Amino acid sequence: MENTLLRLENISVRFDGEPILNNIDLDIKDKEFVTLLGPSGCGKTTTLRIIGGFVTPDSGSVYFNGKLMNDVPAYRRPVNTIFQKYALFPHLNVYENIAFGLRIKKRSEKEIRDIVNEMLSLVNLKGFNKRSVSSLSGGQQQRVAIARALAVSPKLLLLDEPLGALDLKLRKDMQVELKNIQQRMGITFIYVTHDQEEALSMSDTVVVMDNGNIQQIGTPLDIYNEPKNAFVADFIGESNILDGIMREDYCVSFAGHTFKCLDKGFGINEPVDVVVRPEDLDVVPKEQGMLVGEVTSVTFKGVHFEIIVDIRGFKWMIQTTDYYPVGSTIGLILTPDDIHIMKKSEYSGKFGDYSSYSDELDELSENTEAEE
Amino acid sequence: MNNTKRTWFQKYAASPYLVWCVIFVIAPLAFVVYYSLTDKNGNFGLANYSRMFNGETIRVFLISLAFAFVSTVICLIIAYPLAYFITKAKKKHQNMLLMLFMLPMWMNFVLRTYALSFLLEDTGLINSLFKAVGIGQVKLIYTSGAVILGMVYNFLPYMLLPIYTVMSKIDKNLIEASEDLGCNRIMTISKILLPLSIPGIVSGITMVFVPSVSTFYISQQLGPTDFMLIGDLIENEIKSTAGVYNYGSAISFVLMVLIFICIAVMNRFSDESVEGGILV
Repeated sequence: MENTLLRLENISVRFDGEPILNNIDLDIKDKEFVTLLGPSGCGKTTTLRIIGGFVTPDSGSVYFNGKLMNDVPAYRRPVNTIFQKYALFPHLNVYENIAFGLRIKKRSEKEIRDIVNEMLSLVNLKGFNKRSVSSLSGGQQQRVAIARALAVSPKLLLLDEPLGALDLKLRKDMQVELKNIQQRMGITFIYVTHDQEEALSMSDTVVVMDNGNIQQIGTPLDIYNEPKNAFVADFIGESNILDGIMREDYCVSFAGHTFKCLDKGFGINEPVDVVVRPEDLDVVPKEQGMLVGEVTSVTFKGVHFEIIVDIRGFKWMIQTTDYYPVGSTIGLILTPDDIHIMKKSEYSGKFGDYSSYSDELDELSENTEAEE
Repeated sequence: MNNTKRTWFQKYAASPYLVWCVIFVIAPLAFVVYYSLTDKNGNFGLANYSRMFNGETIRVFLISLAFAFVSTVICLIIAYPLAYFITKAKKKHQNMLLMLFMLPMWMNFVLRTYALSFLLEDTGLINSLFKAVGIGQVKLIYTSGAVILGMVYNFLPYMLLPIYTVMSKIDKNLIEASEDLGCNRIMTISKILLPLSIPGIVSGITMVFVPSVSTFYISQQLGPTDFMLIGDLIENEIKSTAGVYNYGSAISFVLMVLIFICIAVMNRFSDESVEGGILV
């Protein structure tokens, strides 16, 4: 592949005998914004630490610009990290924190001053030079950490859940800012997060990980629209995942019906997982519905209502802007475009049914009633 | 709960400590000051203090400060790298390693010093060893070196513990951040670890310097025959005439002031870089 900046080849790691990463292969292109996405314990942070040089893999190779990096210590790698808890040096002020890497590189005092000031204005912290880092808010500390890492102009920036400790509003602002900085400076970002929304909105490429394996690599759109297995479908957004049988190309049976779909290349009568996103389902009067069911719970989410519908024992989640009361019977229609077929995997049957979800909501609403 | 009004308990819970403080801290201090300002008949005057201004006594003061300084520096030189290596060890081994160095502290101080003099004797274990390998007998005991060794041996744990405690609490991410920004091991120690462990160093220095400067048993057991530190001087003075504490109190008080000045100067140095965690 052209412009490959970083290549991980067959990386495996174990801690105390527990496998953390299994044969990870990953290519990252120059100037790309790549997100490693997965639940905690999936190996995403370990992957980042291997690239940073803080963890030595048991086997496999790390190439940077085609050069093997395995034995290069962290301090010699052209890579910088923004740590989860910022890791600002408490004995240095804002200016000295940002200047730290430049001083190590023995840059002239004037150069350092220029770069630090440029970085401070980049992260909107002009005039904070002399402030002690402990006097800053979480968001400001985060900005100093970004400025400190960018000051040494790395080719590759590693970000370990950098916005995890910030509140929602600030997180959204910082997402936009980080993306802007990445595009303006033309640096490759590898971003670790467990927040799927963050991953989808910021990345060029999303790498979904679970259990030490890469589940899927793709653009945010691919990952959302064409999840490879039940884990990805469930982790990225909400999904109804049903057991289905692929009758033939472009034809699938599930929920007691046979539907037209856009997928092909499966065996005749092959068991498959069928994904239907809650926002793709259209609600119609029950006479017109392809599927008919009873509403078992309704939750107001602001932009839409989240409705759980019981159809032949399977609880579907539907997102709609119209209100349907609990107990009412509604019809649903599906177009071929709304149906996504996946091969069966180890994750089949583990995700995508909202029965436990609705029970939880029932309990919650009972409690609120009791309180009233 | 109402925060502005304190309950009866909250008001008086601290009183036992206040009583303690008065009986065991303030009153003795007042006595020391009182005795130092009076002669044996109870007449006020500065005679005790002016009596100290003679070559011999000033020399004892200077030697005591010098010995305490040297042993504190040696303790620091030994304890700092040691603390660093202990924090680098695996978590489960750290407590054991620390215990190894703390264990002597549980043994009686007199016994430890006595054992040391036994080792250093002309016919002691070390000299027997020297003779056996052909080095010949070396004068070890009753030397200044033996006094320093005794101080270092006895007070090393007091240096190690505070440094280790502060160092082990330093966020590992800071070390990684420093490496990430281009520092090798040595630079990381000098630029991050050392400045951040200053509070531990300061407490360690205080905790070694103070007992070193006022010790008397070590110098009597291990030092040359006519050797004297301030502690010995005070002891002699108090013991020489039963019931007369005046001159001894004056020396004691001057020593206290000297220690106070030393610590104040040191804290000034550390205040500039890091806040908190400082003794006195």
